[in-house]
Parts: sequence; structure tokens; C-alpha cells
Amino acid sequence: MKRKAYYTRKVKQATHLLFYKHHRKPGVKGWELKKQLGSDYPKVLDILDGYLKSLDLQVKTVFDEETPVEKPTRKQLDRARFFITLRGDVAPKEAKMMGWRIDDIAGLAIAISYILAKKGQAPRDEVEDLLRNKLPGWRVDVNMNRYIRSGYLAEGENKKLYLDWRTRAEVDQKTLIDLLLGAEEQ
Amino acid sequence: MASKKQRKKLGSEHLMRIIDLCESVEERGLDPFLVEVDDVLAVVREYFPDWELPEELCLDAEAVHKLASVIKLQSDWIKRRSTSLYTDPFLLEEKIRKLGGEKLGTMFLRCWHPIVELEQISSHSLAEAIKYWQELLPLRERWLDFPTQERAIGATTREELIGQRILVGKAFSEDLHVLWEELKHRVDEEGKIRYWEFVEADTYAETIKRAFITSFLVTYGYANLEVHRLEEEMYLKPFDEPVPFLEKRQVTSLPVSISFDEWKKLREANQG
Repeated sequence: MKRKAYYTRKVKQATHLLFYKHHRKPGVKGWELKKQLGSDYPKVLDILDGYLKSLDLQVKTVFDEETPVEKPTRKQLDRARFFITLRGDVAPKEAKMMGWRIDDIAGLAIAISYILAKKGQAPRDEVEDLLRNKLPGWRVDVNMNRYIRSGYLAEGENKKLYLDWRTRAEVDQKTLIDLLLGAEEQ
Repeated sequence: MASKKQRKKLGSEHLMRIIDLCESVEERGLDPFLVEVDDVLAVVREYFPDWELPEELCLDAEAVHKLASVIKLQSDWIKRRSTSLYTDPFLLEEKIRKLGGEKLGTMFLRCWHPIVELEQISSHSLAEAIKYWQELLPLRERWLDFPTQERAIGATTREELIGQRILVGKAFSEDLHVLWEELKHRVDEEGKIRYWEFVEADTYAETIKRAFITSFLVTYGYANLEVHRLEEEMYLKPFDEPVPFLEKRQVTSLPVSISFDEWKKLREANQG
């Protein structure tokens, strides 16, 4: 009973930490969770993840490493960032309610897939040219800045675009590539 | 007898070449299929009956071991290519160009799991905010004019300005270079030194000055500041040549505060 009460309290604490924004970026670092919840924070997050399943939400872990980590070490977990994300996918109608037009999402999809196709970096001009095929010029600029501001894309030296933290947290890159390759052209 | 000796010599040379080839594939990231495994194994097999001495057998074992590493690289290469994580960039680019925007958007929604983030005011923070507001002085009271004294106009010398700390005796760049040289001399065998160990000086003012100049050493690319968050420790690593600001991949600002009490504690700890 004591043990159950302990974890109930910890799960509540974890919910507050993960749902509410504490920094400029959402999510909480592993070492912060360790400090607040104790060293058994991975277990607390597992329990919370179980509760969130019925709400179609999940606890998502994004590691520092570029490649996916199957069995993370304690050090990798402490350095990782934890988020609450949607477990399932978003219906087009829902996306509209979230403030995203379908062509904004398509633009983001094109930018992300193009960068993935170019092995993780692509010149901004090339991505903008691709978007200009189907979107008015003024919208391309507004959208690109929005993707960068939100953390989906990052702009490095020589105007090169990279995938940023939000893409790593929110987008299942493998599924996106599978869907793209399997899609029938118009 | 001489021919056996010659054969052994030739065999060792072959094995050495195999080891070199495998090592260069491993270390330089060359295409692992450059190594023809069957041919290499045939060579190893051909000379194996000639080996008698332990060092000869060790060389043979090393060649086989290096070959095994290359076979692992070949296996990894095949595994990666056979997963859908590897895709032909041209094929993907072609698909992106030909697919319609709406279709791409709908497709993206199937692999997009947005982050849930909330911002909400609580009754506690509201109460805190009201308390703060009540204690906050009106602007007209906060922005009272500072009393000024009338002074006669006169001339001053450079020495007087240095004395009043309006001008500095040495050029700033000179201070920067002096501290950079000191940093380079004080690092350990790993080429780094604890930040606090480096900036700490006999007086509080001197410590602040060293921390101030050190911040420019890092900003201007004369040194790197490593932050080990879990250990709550910072290390300074000098560069042999200044690295221009733009060459650093990720640049972040890090405020470091040094209060008088902290300096005293630091001093006691370092001296004790």
C-alpha cells in the first residue's frame, strides 16, 4: 500500500513536469526527472505511459544520439529529453483545429522528407524551390520561418537546413519514408 | 630448407598485407567489399600448414581476426541497405516532386505525433502575482530623477583616468593573450583545467576580472568551456589556435555568477 501510494504521488509529479512547459522548449531532461522523481524515474514514466495509453497519449523519449537507441544505458536516459506526445495519428480535420492548414503540413512534410532524402542536410534554397512549385512565394517564406521557429528545422551555416529537435520528437521518420516510397504518384 | 624459409617469409608478408588492408577498411571507413573474403581465406589456408612458431601462429590468428571484423562490416552494410531506413535519395526526391501537396500532407499526418504542451495559470501563481503587483511602486516613484551635482569643467590626465578605472593600463587584447598563455600552461595531461580552479585569485576583484576575461577567451574561440551537468563541473580547454566563432557548430550562452560569499567558500575549499 505504501509502495502504491509512493508511485501514485510520483506519477502525479511526473504528469505536472511533463505536461506543463517549464523552459523555452517543452519536455524535461532525464537528469531533471531524476532530480525531481528519484533514480527510479524510468519506472514512474512507465506507469504514467500505461495510464496515458487509454487517452491516446504516450511518453516519448528522444535521445541525444542520431541513431535510434534500443536498450538505453542510464547515462543515455539521463541525457535524453522526455515529452508527452499523441500516440496515434492526427486526422486532417483535427490538424485544422490545431492551427495547421493542410498545405502548411504538406510543406513541412516536403521539407522534412527532402532533408531526409539528402542524408540530413539540404540547402534552404533547394527546399524553398520545391515548395514554390505548389505554394505562393510569400507563403513559402512565412512557412519556412514557422518551421524553423517551432523547432522542426534548424538553419546552420551556409543556409543549410537540418532536422531539429521537434522533428525528432514528433515525426516517425521511418514510417514517413515508407509511406513516401509506397505512395502512388499523381 | 632455404625454400621453406623463403616460403615462410612470403607467407608472413602476405598476412601482413591482409592485416593492413583490413585495418584500412576498418579505420578509414572504406567499402568493406573491397576485401575479397574468399581470396584472402585461400591465402591464409595456403600458408597455415607452414606455421610452427608461436609468433607465426599469432600473425595467422590476427589476420583471421581482422578478416572477421571486415566480414562484420560487410554484414552491417547489407543489413542497413536492406532496411527501409536506407533509401535511394534520388528515388525519394522524385517521389516528393511528383506527389500532390494534399496527398503528402495527409501522408505526413499518419506519422506525426505532436507534443502535448500546456500553459496554465494556477491560483498559487495568481496570488503571487497579485502580491507582487501590490508591492510594486508606481513608475513615477521608481523613476525619480537622480540628484546631480554641478561640477566645474577641467582637464584630466590619462593616469588619472586609469586610477579611476575609466581607462585600463594595458590593452584588453593583451590581457586576453596573457590569460590564454596561462591557461595553456596550466592544463593537465588531458588538456583541460577546472573552471573554478583557473579563475580563482587572491582577491574577489581579481577573480571577477579573470572570470570576465575568461568569458571572452571562450567567446572569441581561444578556449572551449565543457559543462558536465551531472557532475556539476565545468572545464576549460584551450585551443592551440583561436577557432573563429562561425566554425563552432553550436554556440550557447552560459551565465556564471560569482558572489562574494561563493568566492570566499571557493577560496577556503581550494586552500583547505
